[in-house]
Amino acid sequence: MSLEAAAVHERLRARFGERIVHFEAEAKQPFAVVAGDAIAEVAAFLKAEPDLAFDNLMCLSAVDYPKETPPRMEVVYHLLSYTHAHQFVVKVQLPREDPRLSSVEASWGVANWHEREAYDLFGIRFEGHSDLRRILLPDDWQGHPLRKDWQDPDFYNGMHVKPTAQMAERVTAGEAIGVGPFAFTPPNKHV
Amino acid sequence: MATETTRTADLDTDEMVLQMGPQHPSTHGVLRIELRTDGEVVRGARPHIGYLHRCFEKHAESVDYPGVIPYTDRMDYVASMGNSLGYALAVEALMGIEVSPYVQTIRVITAELQRIASHCIAVGTYGMDIGAFTPFLHLLRDREKILDLFEWTCGARLLYNYNWIGGVSHDLPDGFVRASRQFLREFEAITHPELMDLLIGNKIFIKRTAGVGVCPPELAIHHDLTGPNLRGSGLPRDLRKDEPYSGYQNYEFEVPVGKGEFGPVGSCFDRNVVRAWEMAESAKILHQALDRLETLDKVDVREKVPKRVKPAKGEIYSRSEAPRGQLGYYVVADGTGINPYRVKVKSPCFTAMSVFHVLAKGLYVADIIALIGSLDVVLGEIDR
Repeated sequence: MSLEAAAVHERLRARFGERIVHFEAEAKQPFAVVAGDAIAEVAAFLKAEPDLAFDNLMCLSAVDYPKETPPRMEVVYHLLSYTHAHQFVVKVQLPREDPRLSSVEASWGVANWHEREAYDLFGIRFEGHSDLRRILLPDDWQGHPLRKDWQDPDFYNGMHVKPTAQMAERVTAGEAIGVGPFAFTPPNKHV
Repeated sequence: MATETTRTADLDTDEMVLQMGPQHPSTHGVLRIELRTDGEVVRGARPHIGYLHRCFEKHAESVDYPGVIPYTDRMDYVASMGNSLGYALAVEALMGIEVSPYVQTIRVITAELQRIASHCIAVGTYGMDIGAFTPFLHLLRDREKILDLFEWTCGARLLYNYNWIGGVSHDLPDGFVRASRQFLREFEAITHPELMDLLIGNKIFIKRTAGVGVCPPELAIHHDLTGPNLRGSGLPRDLRKDEPYSGYQNYEFEVPVGKGEFGPVGSCFDRNVVRAWEMAESAKILHQALDRLETLDKVDVREKVPKRVKPAKGEIYSRSEAPRGQLGYYVVADGTGINPYRVKVKSPCFTAMSVFHVLAKGLYVADIIALIGSLDVVLGEIDR
């Protein structure tokens, strides 16, 4: 039987009380904000409870809000129940310095990859994750680029990350810059 | 005899770590799989992705809402119409824009043509991975006809920038309906029956795929397999039926489901045959959509496209049925700028790869090839 978001929130509130910090009923897709240390239990409850049966994690996203009050990062869980055909959204709000929360990998196996991506791009640590390592970026990449305060590094393994105006001036002056094949001058270049 | 058994017992065997490296003809993109094998049998498989990561989500924050659309095309470059449609639907839902039935029908036509073209690649290259070269050529020939139709409409063969927020970029040209019907005539009468006969009914193909990589439905849901991967495991879930968008409720079509005729349900064969059947269903939808298009009044396809896309503060998660599964866009608008605050893409191939290491255990190395192709991964969408 398909439940409305408010009904799901009632069930959560009945079970977890104050650990459901907030429920935004007015949003287009209403969401419940859950305390960071409760998320694993909330996930297990949402999945196991027969009326709720949220057997599918549609998407796990991380968002960085440095300019909100308070500045925070959010991890957003979009849940779906194939059994009952209802959806729900759960959010966890984390501090921007050292954001960590429990992994929900035990409830939804796909969270393994989603959480690795959130760690890779935002630096959020998921405790209890079986294999928390970078997934999209190279293993030796430093930093977490999707944060709002990300600055591109100048170099990565000796390669310029972004061309700069000074580089253009140097090339015009005749210097050969670049690494490896980009220092090559084609033989048919008319100088 | 006794001495021979003693000798084999003394042999020092070890597991071999094999890199099915990022450059490989059968990995459907730059995918690296670290295989730990005991001879020919795979004991563990670890996929490594990220070789095609082009920072889509970061770029989406630095261009305006319509400017994200060319970036979305490039994610799943084999099925671009689906990507831009998903994003346009998400932002339209965020802004409350309703497009006219005429534009909806055009969107369905292009989406279903794209689905056929995408499945042509999926099934054709899968046959080629297994060893059957001819069906690939036949299907690519038909895909060329579809790409010609798209090029006629919007100028591009593969990356269209077609589905805009509030409409589409170009109206279908005069004669498009006739040309599409001609294509469908040839496809339904010749190519599709030949495909079913030559590849799907082929004894060798069945033997190579029917018992391999069986994914039970609970595992499929647990790892968020969607689209043909989920339907191959027996679950008739299709967003075009369950949560219709863009007027899909007006068309009659079936949702093909893996039946396990030649082996357990959820095998590589089932996932693949679902795609082959879906091509026929898409052709059915196309006939109806083309008929419907002719009954509707022509409107300006850009009439609802806003001059400036500036949604109010809010967020939405919107899904659509792309050829590879449910493509989800989580769009966050902060209400102050013309750039999106955050665009997160849930790509169906990304979640499909998450189940790979489970299904790969115990397979032969040749079956790994069969498994990757059956999941129909496109690395552009996994890595974004």
